[in-house]
Amino acid sequence: MTFFKADKLAIHFGGVKAVDGVDFEIAEGEIFTIIGPNGAGKTTIFNLISRIYEPTEGQLIFNDEDITNTAPHLIAGRGIARTFQNIELFEQATVLQNLLIGRHAHRSGNLLANIFFLPSTRRAELAHREEVEKVIEFLDLARYRDQRIANLPYGVRKVVELGRALCTEPKLLLLDEPSSGLNVEETSDMAFWIKDIRDLLGITVLMVEHDMSLVNRVSDRVLALNYGRVLTLGSPSEVQSNEEVIRAYLGG
Amino acid sequence: MRFVFKTRYEQDLRLWRHKGDLIGYGIFLAALLALPMFAGVYYVGEANLWLIYSIAAMGLMIAVGFTGMASLGHSAFLGIGAYTHAYLLQNGVPFVFSLPLGGLLAGAIGVAVGFPTLRMHGIYLAIATLAVALITQEIMSKWSSVTGGFDGLPVAAPDFLSIQSEAMYQGEWFSVGGLHVGWTELWSPVSLYYICIVVLVLAALIARNLLRSPTGRAFVAIRDSEISAQSMGIHLAYYKTTAFGISAFVTGLAGGLFAHQISHLAPDAFNIFISIELLLICVVGGIGTIQGAVLGAAFLIMLRSFIPIMRDEVTAGAGGVEMLGGLVRFVNSPGLEAAIFGALLVVFIIFEPMGLYGRWLKVKTYFDLFPLYKKSTFARQKSYVKTERLR
Amino acid sequence: MDSVQIYISLFINGLALGCIYGLIALGFVLIYKATEMVNFAQGDLMMVGAFIAFGLIAGFGLNFWLGFLLTVVFMIIFGFLLDVVVIRRLIGQPQFSIVMATIGIGYVLRFVMPYAFNVEQIAFLTPFTGKAVQVAAMTLDAGKLAAVVGTLVLCAGLYMFFQRTRIGVAMQAASQNQLAAYYMGIPVALIFSLIWGISAGVAAITGVMMMPIANVMDPSIGFIAIKAFAGAVVGGFGSIPGALVGGIIIGLVEQFSDYLLAPGYKDIMVFSVLLAVMVVRPEGIFSQMGRKKV
Repeated sequence: MTFFKADKLAIHFGGVKAVDGVDFEIAEGEIFTIIGPNGAGKTTIFNLISRIYEPTEGQLIFNDEDITNTAPHLIAGRGIARTFQNIELFEQATVLQNLLIGRHAHRSGNLLANIFFLPSTRRAELAHREEVEKVIEFLDLARYRDQRIANLPYGVRKVVELGRALCTEPKLLLLDEPSSGLNVEETSDMAFWIKDIRDLLGITVLMVEHDMSLVNRVSDRVLALNYGRVLTLGSPSEVQSNEEVIRAYLGG
Repeated sequence: MRFVFKTRYEQDLRLWRHKGDLIGYGIFLAALLALPMFAGVYYVGEANLWLIYSIAAMGLMIAVGFTGMASLGHSAFLGIGAYTHAYLLQNGVPFVFSLPLGGLLAGAIGVAVGFPTLRMHGIYLAIATLAVALITQEIMSKWSSVTGGFDGLPVAAPDFLSIQSEAMYQGEWFSVGGLHVGWTELWSPVSLYYICIVVLVLAALIARNLLRSPTGRAFVAIRDSEISAQSMGIHLAYYKTTAFGISAFVTGLAGGLFAHQISHLAPDAFNIFISIELLLICVVGGIGTIQGAVLGAAFLIMLRSFIPIMRDEVTAGAGGVEMLGGLVRFVNSPGLEAAIFGALLVVFIIFEPMGLYGRWLKVKTYFDLFPLYKKSTFARQKSYVKTERLR
Repeated sequence: MDSVQIYISLFINGLALGCIYGLIALGFVLIYKATEMVNFAQGDLMMVGAFIAFGLIAGFGLNFWLGFLLTVVFMIIFGFLLDVVVIRRLIGQPQFSIVMATIGIGYVLRFVMPYAFNVEQIAFLTPFTGKAVQVAAMTLDAGKLAAVVGTLVLCAGLYMFFQRTRIGVAMQAASQNQLAAYYMGIPVALIFSLIWGISAGVAAITGVMMMPIANVMDPSIGFIAIKAFAGAVVGGFGSIPGALVGGIIIGLVEQFSDYLLAPGYKDIMVFSVLLAVMVVRPEGIFSQMGRKKV
């Protein structure tokens, strides 16, 4: 059984080959990291997986199913959740509402039930709330519960975004630079959470990250990209000592 | 500050936040119900207009305030609701069916308009809805077999409910507080007033229920970030269409009531200025809040009845004085009302973007926290130009 | 007149009207490109320009060209001040609020201008009023030709300004990336005010060019901006050539449908074309929209 597989994945913007024939496979329960210099195509791969972009070529397999042509809003329901590099939270809503939106893929009931707020909707809402509270406890967000995102510091927003992704109950979690903009302490919290997400919740993690200390601490395998192509794939130490990777980062 | 001590999740699903809220809304509703027993027919008429505008603006708020879809076309939905209701009423359909049918048709056309314009956002949607409003107005004047064209369409008075201050000779059921309730051919502003209250409460419930259910949360998510809403599993096209449809439906209901208020429909009654007035209500009342629609409408109606009074006072007081001729000409110039509305829009957007309801919240917080209130409690982070070119 | 001549004259009329729409559209596309604000008061700026020109030419009896020039100068200052006093404070508000605010400004202008000049309608003579030009067998209205020629000259001038002058290039930079431009030492706030000035200047020129076509103008002439919006959308919002092409398309559609369809259907036709374009190709002819990067 294939958990996740990108097969000859490619996307071209005009003449620019942002991702050019990338193959990789992620095993269930892994923490898999993509590294590479700016513009290597890391975030583009995320956008391809979450179906914001249409791949020019190639295939995406998740849980033995081809998701290359799945509509973007159905991806969350399949069990893939993501965070964004520059935080895309719902600014004017509270933390609780943001997390509840994360439950959207699991909603039931129709529009009329919602409009009249029938008992079935009430029951479903309470059940969602239970799930959300588990995430709030897991990420220690209780004191921010009723605050608007617009009033929160950057570090907390980053955690809320992680929480929102967890609320979708994903099987595969895509984290786009989870440590960017965080201080040392927050980064080390993030490292613990990423490990806990895998160890306690059993969620497979695919992340893009620049902070090599974080990468070394949590990753099982690392994929190095440059100019949309795979440089190498291996354990964090192997990849870091790879000559091509060093050249890509140092130039030359 | 009042801290609500929550012990059960259900507390967050209530219609009110705490007992104080509930008592407040209760007193408000009781005052509304009692108003015709004390106020004259003129004031009841003005109150009707206020309630109708509140309902219409509540509809618009669902699109503009909750989902972030700017619409300049809600005058069309008000008109469709009004004409449909009047036409059905004229053809013998009972009031209780024709009013919701008018709303449903407006909603259906809202869906039809919303669907192709979904891929648009911000300014595109505003222009598309503007075009729809203009086309609808043209159709109202051209399709004379149904709408009566420029001659207009008289609105038949419904005969299922009569509430008035004079005693009835026949068909009276009961009287309360000087009001006689019954069934006769007589229809009065007071009857309309109570129907408006029922519809207003229903509209507010719809809006509130939406906000506390997944559908409304999806609207808010789309407003704040389409791209992450989508990655959370929200079907953008479906929810945008739904929001626009519900919005048009509620405004259409208001249209049916508006038909009785003006009693004779003409295409001119549904021009773009109505759309602007409704948007003004949303902005002045407080965008994104249900209460804002009611507050904003009250503000608009008071202002509208204040301007002619001021005009008469100034003309009478300064009419003979040579030096004040410019002032008299000023208050009597056409477009004064629109200019005042326009200036208010600008002032509110610059100085009080949260609207009257936001101001009310601030005042309440000030007294709750006294003397510890600090201005920055409600300070907004200012950014440089927000790009909406890229979505 | 035979039918060929009718069609040619319809074409010229549509072209002239389309140029007016195109220039109004150009005015707000300039502002939109630079500041991302959509100025729903652009038509009213044109009206203000026409009223000022009326005051100078018909009121003070100035020579047409001198009055024209002064009008443009006044309007550039007016646009600049409008940004400094009002618009600048709106920065950071959602786009919808800005749309509402400019609609509000439009209503204020529509009231203030006739009050200030104490007239309900304006008319002044231009060198083109009532004149005709003989081209082959055709008699063409000079005012309409002037509008077409004026549009071409103005566009060429603006093109040179944006491509060749330092300040024009700075404006382009500011419109592409405000923050980067700011870091490079471009005074972005000043640039924005200047763009509002230029846009108001274009509106003034449009207002004067409208005079021989409209014969009489009243404050509600600003409403034709709605059709200019349609033009801008058809052309691709945010594209300057698109604004002109779109405006001309709308002008032609209006003229031909006025002639070919039953009277009173031209507006329905114009807005139907707009909706059709929005459905079929929402990004317009010259697409400028992109996706947000995440």
